[in-house]
Amino acid sequence: MNFEFTEEQLMIRDAARDFAQRELLGDVIERDATATFPTKHVEKLAELGFMGMMVDPKYDGGGMDTVSYILAMEEISKIDASVSVIMSVNNSLVCYGLQKFGTEAQKEKYLKPLARGEKIGAYLLSEPEAGSDATMQRTTAEDKGDHYILNGTKNWITSANSASTYLVIAQTHPEKRHHGINAFIVEKDSPGISLGPHEDKMGMRSSDTHSVMFTDVKVPKENRIGEDGFGFKFAMKALEAGRLGIAAQALGLASGALERAIQYSKERKAFGTEIGNHQAIGFKLADMAVKVENARNLCLKAAWLKDNGKPFTIEGSMAKLYAADIAMEVTTEAVQIHGGYGYVREYHVERLMREAKLTQIYEGTSEIQKIVISRGLLRE
Amino acid sequence: MKILVCISNVPDTTTKIRFVDDNKAFDKTGVQWIINPWDELALTRALELKEASGGAIENISVITVGTKDAEPVMRKALAIGADDAIRVDTEAKDAYYVALQIAEAVKDGGFDMILAGIDSSDYNGSSVGRMVAEFLETASVSSVSKIDIEGGNISLKREIDGGTEILETQLPFVAIVQKGIALEPRIPNMRGIMMARKKPLTVVAPADGDALTEFAAYELPEAKAACKMVDEENVKELVDLLHTEAKVI
Repeated sequence: MNFEFTEEQLMIRDAARDFAQRELLGDVIERDATATFPTKHVEKLAELGFMGMMVDPKYDGGGMDTVSYILAMEEISKIDASVSVIMSVNNSLVCYGLQKFGTEAQKEKYLKPLARGEKIGAYLLSEPEAGSDATMQRTTAEDKGDHYILNGTKNWITSANSASTYLVIAQTHPEKRHHGINAFIVEKDSPGISLGPHEDKMGMRSSDTHSVMFTDVKVPKENRIGEDGFGFKFAMKALEAGRLGIAAQALGLASGALERAIQYSKERKAFGTEIGNHQAIGFKLADMAVKVENARNLCLKAAWLKDNGKPFTIEGSMAKLYAADIAMEVTTEAVQIHGGYGYVREYHVERLMREAKLTQIYEGTSEIQKIVISRGLLRE
Repeated sequence: MKILVCISNVPDTTTKIRFVDDNKAFDKTGVQWIINPWDELALTRALELKEASGGAIENISVITVGTKDAEPVMRKALAIGADDAIRVDTEAKDAYYVALQIAEAVKDGGFDMILAGIDSSDYNGSSVGRMVAEFLETASVSSVSKIDIEGGNISLKREIDGGTEILETQLPFVAIVQKGIALEPRIPNMRGIMMARKKPLTVVAPADGDALTEFAAYELPEAKAACKMVDEENVKELVDLLHTEAKVI
């Protein structure tokens, strides 16, 4: 057992922390209020190599391990979860899926610019009537010999407007149910693609979320990922890795809220002393810290398993479930500790609380994580 | 042309300072170590000069006097863009000792420009850079806030009482740099961090010699007294307080 980080992992954590402090903190409240996409911020994130940090250097990635990724995601999410969700989707859903299951030609053409962060990736699975039940894909991909024709609507797509490369899940053989599903690389500027209005979200407001409509969109056959019918498995495998990114995001929201609560508890005075000296507040901080530490350990354990080539499905789901749930609890307590100040934007914690809610919903709701975990247990 | 940047390994500026061993030693427990901020800016400027030099500046080395604990900050210097690093394997005992070790380690290194931060944020001695120059019998310029190289001409700006001084110099020289030398330190990128794995970090044994100072005891400065506000209408109260409490009049 060794709980020490390597020199390199710590350097990456510090780089992410410095980036978040220097580039994100200054306008995070304003971008949240105006729902403005962090274009320049993501460009700088890409320059530092964070957009494809786990991709093999031969495909222009950073070649870093998943533990480093967790550390970086936590630091960036402490300050700005809108930026970290763009980073997470690009890294652990899109780049991971392409590197693991794409052909050499697909990697050359699509993975490289995504790993360099010159292009942004989006992952299109959810539909108006297929959220947690992802087997019920209504978007169709009709096999036309050398190409497919896509029709249908995808919902809640992170980076839908800013992304250039879409990974789209669609049904080719409805009679085979989920065994008939395929995954495709689709260029966003393909004819027949249109976007729904910008979703006016409760949190993560600086990331752009839209629905995406496909009307007779032609996709070349070489853009299908894996064998015919591999799409559902692809979608689930990508989500398995993506979960670690969102788990670390939830962790960052919680630890960021805890840091702010500790700071405030040392400064704010009531009844003649700093409020942290009152047991009511001190005990809250203790409970929050235990939760954050547990979430961090779960995230790092799952990342370590993945880095060492061991199965991480159950542990990844545990990390995502727990971190998301405690993110909601810890951010809510941070608002409580701040009192009235916690309810106004200037003090950040209300935003962290709004953002935490989404981590219980996207990339597999907390309830779905429990299904994954319990099925894993019963299978053993 | 070869540049050397002297780097001090210092506690993060937000560190809570504590002492151990009957106040004879600084408590390093839980301390985060960083590149001394002035040294980091010196390195930043060196990198900018190298990038703009079209190959004229071939190499940037960094040197630190310190134990193995100093290696993470050296690795960071390599990740930001230094080409190689030298660590003199001994405790940084005092300014004289550190300068002696640096001079001995680099005297045959063929460095054309040596940069050192104006002081280190731990002991603020403001001595090492100039001592290095003395040991090496090289020209030195202090309080440098700007270094430019154009067509082989080296122009330095330094802060002096009541103004600034622009001067030109020839190689080799030591520049002791301060505020203004570079805007902000760089954040290492993934590629740099990956490349830093392979860059040479040479450990050399310390030269003979000893420190000229010893630490008798450490003491924290007195805590700043709380600020007391006096209403602008109430001059009498102000005078009374200055007389009876502050005892300055």
